[in-house]
Amino acid sequence: MGIESPTASSYIKHHLQNLTYGQHPDGTWGLAHDAKEAADMGFWAIHVDTMAISIALGFLFLWLFRKAAKKISTDTPTGLQNFVELMVEFVDGSVKETFHGKSKVIAPLALTIFVWVFLMNFMDLIPVDFLPAVAQMIGTSVFGADPNHVYFKFVPTTDINATLGMSLSVFALIVFYSIKVKGISGFVGELTLQPFGKWMIPFNLLLEGVGLLAKPVSLALRLFGNLYAGELIFILIAILPWGLQWALSVPWAIFHILIIVLQAFIFMMLTIVYLSMAHEDH
Amino acid sequence: MNLNLTLLGQAISFAIFVWFCMKYVWPPVIAALEERSKKIADGLEAANRASRDLELAQEQASQILRESKENAAEIIEQANKRANQMVDEAKEQVIADGKRLREAAQAEIEQDVMRAKEALRAQVSVLAFAGAEKILGATIDEKAHSEIVEQLAKEL
Repeated sequence: MGIESPTASSYIKHHLQNLTYGQHPDGTWGLAHDAKEAADMGFWAIHVDTMAISIALGFLFLWLFRKAAKKISTDTPTGLQNFVELMVEFVDGSVKETFHGKSKVIAPLALTIFVWVFLMNFMDLIPVDFLPAVAQMIGTSVFGADPNHVYFKFVPTTDINATLGMSLSVFALIVFYSIKVKGISGFVGELTLQPFGKWMIPFNLLLEGVGLLAKPVSLALRLFGNLYAGELIFILIAILPWGLQWALSVPWAIFHILIIVLQAFIFMMLTIVYLSMAHEDH
Repeated sequence: MNLNLTLLGQAISFAIFVWFCMKYVWPPVIAALEERSKKIADGLEAANRASRDLELAQEQASQILRESKENAAEIIEQANKRANQMVDEAKEQVIADGKRLREAAQAEIEQDVMRAKEALRAQVSVLAFAGAEKILGATIDEKAHSEIVEQLAKEL
């Protein structure tokens, strides 16, 4: 059971496969050994790598910020406190600019989204083979697995489940606040009586329903698409002869610094915008 | 690219992170930020107030200085006036004293003159008596002629 020297396409496929835990069609539980087995597990399977990395990054974020928050002082801020205050002030400013209602949830929500998504995106800048190689070593030496079957896709935001999980939570908040602010009748009215009045209810519902559902879907797909594409390009660059890789990966990584911050910011900003729309009466 | 349970797992962890952030991260940080901005605002206001106070105090100080200068000038002027007055008074006093002394001396001199005249008169009358006695060769009844002699003496 040595490591097969991979072809280009198997290398790419290997890198794009999540480490999936779930129930095999024959009834046993375990990790999927290849993409087909993972697909056969259906909905009741979980991406171990996505969950582990995203939760670890979430804890990193909360640990850092909690540490600063615990001993925060109003005197001259230093070090970590400076950074945390900068982030909080930035997010608070963005929220206050866009959202004019009163809500205790939206600002911390926006901060969590921004920092967490940024950290998950940041994983993209780690060279594509580092963490998978570590995972492969652990998998083979600790669990005795076939190295060719140890998958590890370490950028959580390149997993549609991660982005859709977040955007659906935001969607739930949109619906919740719409109903809370406007009442059920107000919310239903907003969906059915615009833009063409009560004689066009089915058409209005179709139009507004698509508009409403497009919010979480576009939110999830935008982030996923950007990061997936970025990661794919890193993987493609990694196929090149090793001496040439830096010529492409360095410029792409530098450009990617912009992308990962921008995408985290867009996700946060759109969440704020959608939630402030949910708070507004038409 | 399978949609699976990861979706829910992500949603749940997301919710927990947001809850934790909302509960334990956001409030202390934002409270500290607000407190600091209040502190800064207070500090700026205090600085403004202090500079205003300083201006006021300077104005007050210069006014006090001006007043005290005026006072001092007034006092000096008064003192000068008083000194002049004292000098004048002393002069007058001296003049008056001199005059009084002169008058007293004159009066004394006059008195002395009078006294001398009296004495001379008395002696003249005695001399007159003695001369008359010698001339007449007889004792004159002093009692009988003293009236005449005194009258004589008065006429001298």
